[in-house]
Amino acid sequence: MRSVRALAGAGVFVLAAGTVALAVEPKQEPKQGGIFRIYHRDSPGSASIHEEATYSTNIPFMPVFNNLVVYKQDVAQNSMDSIIPDLAESWAWSSDKKTLTFKLRQGVKWHDGKPFTSADVKCTFDMLMGKSPQKFRKNPRKSWYDQVADVTVNGDYEASFNLKRPQPALLALLASGYTPIYPCHVSPAEMRTHPIGTGPFKFVEFKTNESIKLTRNPDYFKKGLPHLDGIEFTIIPNRSTAILAFVAGNFDMTFPTEVSIPLLKDVKTQAPNAVCVVEPTNVSTNIIVNSSSPPFDNLDIRRALALALDRKAFVSILFEGQADIGGTMLPAPGGVWGMPTEMLETIPGYGPDVNANREEARKLMQKAGYGPDKHLAVKVSTRNIPVYRDPAVILIDQLKTIYVDADLEVVETANWFSKVARKDYALGLNLTGNSVDDPDQSFYENYSCGSERNYTNYCNKDVEKLFDEQSMETDVTKRKKLVWEIDKKLQEDVARPIIFHSRMGTCWQPYVKGVTIMVNSSYNGYRYEDVWLDK
Amino acid sequence: MFAYIVRRLALMLVTLIGISIVIFFLLRIVPGNIVDILFDAAGFVDPADKANLERELGIDQPLVLQYLHWIWGLLHGDLGYSYVSEKPALQEILPRIPITARLAALALLFSASIGIPLGVISAVHQGTKLDYILRVVSLSGLSLPSFWLGLLILMASVSLFGNIPIFNPNPKTLGEMFTTYCLPSMAVGFRSAALTMRITRSSMLEILRQDYIRTARAKGASEASVNFHHALKNAILPVITVVGIEAAFLIGGLIVTETVFNIPGVARFLVEAIRWRDYPIVQNLVMLIAVVVVFANFTVDMLYAVVDPRIRYAD
Repeated sequence: MRSVRALAGAGVFVLAAGTVALAVEPKQEPKQGGIFRIYHRDSPGSASIHEEATYSTNIPFMPVFNNLVVYKQDVAQNSMDSIIPDLAESWAWSSDKKTLTFKLRQGVKWHDGKPFTSADVKCTFDMLMGKSPQKFRKNPRKSWYDQVADVTVNGDYEASFNLKRPQPALLALLASGYTPIYPCHVSPAEMRTHPIGTGPFKFVEFKTNESIKLTRNPDYFKKGLPHLDGIEFTIIPNRSTAILAFVAGNFDMTFPTEVSIPLLKDVKTQAPNAVCVVEPTNVSTNIIVNSSSPPFDNLDIRRALALALDRKAFVSILFEGQADIGGTMLPAPGGVWGMPTEMLETIPGYGPDVNANREEARKLMQKAGYGPDKHLAVKVSTRNIPVYRDPAVILIDQLKTIYVDADLEVVETANWFSKVARKDYALGLNLTGNSVDDPDQSFYENYSCGSERNYTNYCNKDVEKLFDEQSMETDVTKRKKLVWEIDKKLQEDVARPIIFHSRMGTCWQPYVKGVTIMVNSSYNGYRYEDVWLDK
Repeated sequence: MFAYIVRRLALMLVTLIGISIVIFFLLRIVPGNIVDILFDAAGFVDPADKANLERELGIDQPLVLQYLHWIWGLLHGDLGYSYVSEKPALQEILPRIPITARLAALALLFSASIGIPLGVISAVHQGTKLDYILRVVSLSGLSLPSFWLGLLILMASVSLFGNIPIFNPNPKTLGEMFTTYCLPSMAVGFRSAALTMRITRSSMLEILRQDYIRTARAKGASEASVNFHHALKNAILPVITVVGIEAAFLIGGLIVTETVFNIPGVARFLVEAIRWRDYPIVQNLVMLIAVVVVFANFTVDMLYAVVDPRIRYAD
């Protein structure tokens, strides 16, 4: 308990120290010009943010677009309070909280010179909801708009979202980097290869496996912005080469939240002037348990599994202590909705006495017919990627303490999700990324009955009711309590035991100004209109 | 000779048809397809969307039909389009060929220009300190993986010059040209140079013991003339064979070197295309490599006749 408190305390201290440091730093007048050079970790599947589900696409293409509303780009923690107008001038909820109306900016132009109107807003969301004749090849976030009945327009500069029931979190979803407004007059196919937006930077070219280039939009509707002349992403999949190139000064910034803790040490040694931060990514590493077939259809064995986890060991080995322990929702200080430490430690398996937990786990295993003379043999399936493989190996080691002999089964990426969907696994190690730090996104996507991403098929109608209850709750304090209750229940039910929430590093050269790395999402902070180079 | 060439060309055609069948069907045996990969990041597969996309890309058709469609296109100069970038495959492949070709040519040049002279020197000075040193160098060339050597070069470059040779598509100065192409080609060519050196050495040692070499020396020919005119000329045949084979194997070394030096060539592109199961790119690229290898072998056979007048291919 003390250690988790210490961890949270340290986090608060780091945030506070950062705030103080920012406060005392004299305000400099931004300089205009320069090309911002970043290396990119891989070649994105396409340039269409709506069709992709990886921040490999968000990072280079978010500067091309605008949303209706957006998380304030210089505030590290995404919350309802940090949402500001973007293409909208203002928004208002109806008294029954079932209609959200946006007044739109006038005089905004797409990069091809055509005017932006409310028709573009309607087009975008009709396509996302599958109501448009034009279809996306992939529509990974269609379920975000399950509660939206339709989008209506009133003239060229007003658009309303009509909801089936109140959902205050819709605004949070609309503020995500995953929710840009697309032009009506450009087809989804063109948007994949040559995106047209209203944003601070215009698309220049995307050479697969080579580079992505953006140039300043001189007609950007926010006067005086952006400061940069352009942004260039060089695609360097080899991490060693990329880091060496950053150290040598070939790049102004590393790919955001991609530098591991050991690599960060190397960077700080070789480039001591580089500014580096380590922040939560809101990606949890968790265990998926196939409860529909033996042996994990036995609740006792599932509980034993949860009790066997030594989360601090994972954090210590993989992150040198720099990761967070929590439930489904990212814990404080980065997260807004995470359970408080006191509550977390009451959940079986989260208590500080690992030996006592494991003793209890062994009793449960013995009750299920296993013991020192009869071990349970299982396979731990995971993707053949280091961030999946490494924790899976530690998990296998920890399971030995409760009479479980596990073998690692690595699965190629192309087959991973189809294997999981077929329920062709007993135990799996999985990563779950949350683009918006909001329970609506996390709960419905991962734990709702029948959801495509509910890999374990967890289905509890009582919990489902609580999902809806929290989703409709407008009072934040009341909603938070409901969310904690749900999160606790999910962990107790061993729905998908969360092992840890990772943290990753980002570094930039000292002359780069105006970069803010978000502390509770890796998907929303890449507009780069405020970034400038002091050289 | 003419009939021989015609027979070889016909055999090459049969070989290429066989290769095309193997490439096509092997690629389909690999689990997962482009649609699985495209949906991967979303964390789930929507069956309806998946079926639509498979239909759009034509991968729902019977395999034989897909194969015939590919070959028909190939014969008409239509290589299809990349599933990932949605650009014509030719447009994706063509700009990358000169980059890799330049690297491969430089690597071969490096391996021949270093390997052959050092092999001759090592053979001529057999059993001396110089011979031992050169043999250690050649052994290290064979043992060092090219990706590791590449990383060493990069690290040395950062610590010595504070810079890293990141690929520059339009090198303006000689220095830029050197860092863009020469360093990577040295990294990839080092292994071939070592192999060439060892083959040259052993071939030279065999020739240097021949009677006609002793006769040449007895006639008063200079050492240089004996070594290079009489011995090397006769020892070069196995070296040409090895260089020809190495040209084919070079693609393997280029994959890692292009990755380490971040060079946007064909080799790295091929690996990425395999990862994405981008069939049109992989099929056409592997086919291109097969054509190059088949023609390289043909050229080596023809070179034998040029280098050694005793070799004549029967009609």
